[in-house]
Amino acid sequence: MSVTVRLFAGLREIAGADELSRTVTLPATVADVWQALINEWPALAPYAASLSCAVNAQYARMATPVGDGDEVAFLPPVSGG
Amino acid sequence: MLLPFAISADPLDLAGVLALAQQRHAEQAARDDVEGPGAVVLFVGAVRGRHQGQEVRALTYEAYEPLAVASFERIATEAAARVPGVVLCLHHRVGTLEVGEPSVVIAAVSAHRAEAYAASRFAIERVKQISPVWKREHLVAGESWVEGATVDPDDPVALEQAWKRACP
Repeated sequence: MSVTVRLFAGLREIAGADELSRTVTLPATVADVWQALINEWPALAPYAASLSCAVNAQYARMATPVGDGDEVAFLPPVSGG
Repeated sequence: MLLPFAISADPLDLAGVLALAQQRHAEQAARDDVEGPGAVVLFVGAVRGRHQGQEVRALTYEAYEPLAVASFERIATEAAARVPGVVLCLHHRVGTLEVGEPSVVIAAVSAHRAEAYAASRFAIERVKQISPVWKREHLVAGESWVEGATVDPDDPVALEQAWKRACP
């Protein structure tokens, strides 16, 4: 199945894209999608400790299941204001 | 037509956000048959020209818009749970901003000043904790993303900390 990955700020710059499509094997979680990204861009790995995530624009956790067509967003530490 | 919660690529409409919050408080108060808007606190965050000893040329903001807007709604609900009747409107700018330009505006409206001040401060603390917005600093010395907070929005300790800052 396929998910849309959204990346922001530093994560986006490492991957060189703000939106990607990736195939994962069911059953899958946000963590599985993240692992696939780290395999592709090892420079993302240090963000694991400070990462937040969202599924379909709702706050999620790394253990949250993902389904076909979901939008999975990875959020580095925020700095709004 | 302004929305109460928004990410904006255009310059922020400070007066519009203020008027909208005041109008929404008036409508809510009429519905609930309670005191109407008597205190309006407008917080405006602006680009600082100097940060931690470094000269800042500009800041570029980006956001995950749907979640950022949802986070603003959530913050308004959290504030109203602590400050009954308070109404918040919150807009955050994205794009590249010059020194002095407003990056965020929060209008907090209540019947009396103490509640509006507390809700305003609480809201900006929560934005900095949980809203998916990022700033890139363009310094004379170079540029980089600012990596601030990682807070679980459901973490009650962080929520309490934001509230304590609002009501010292």
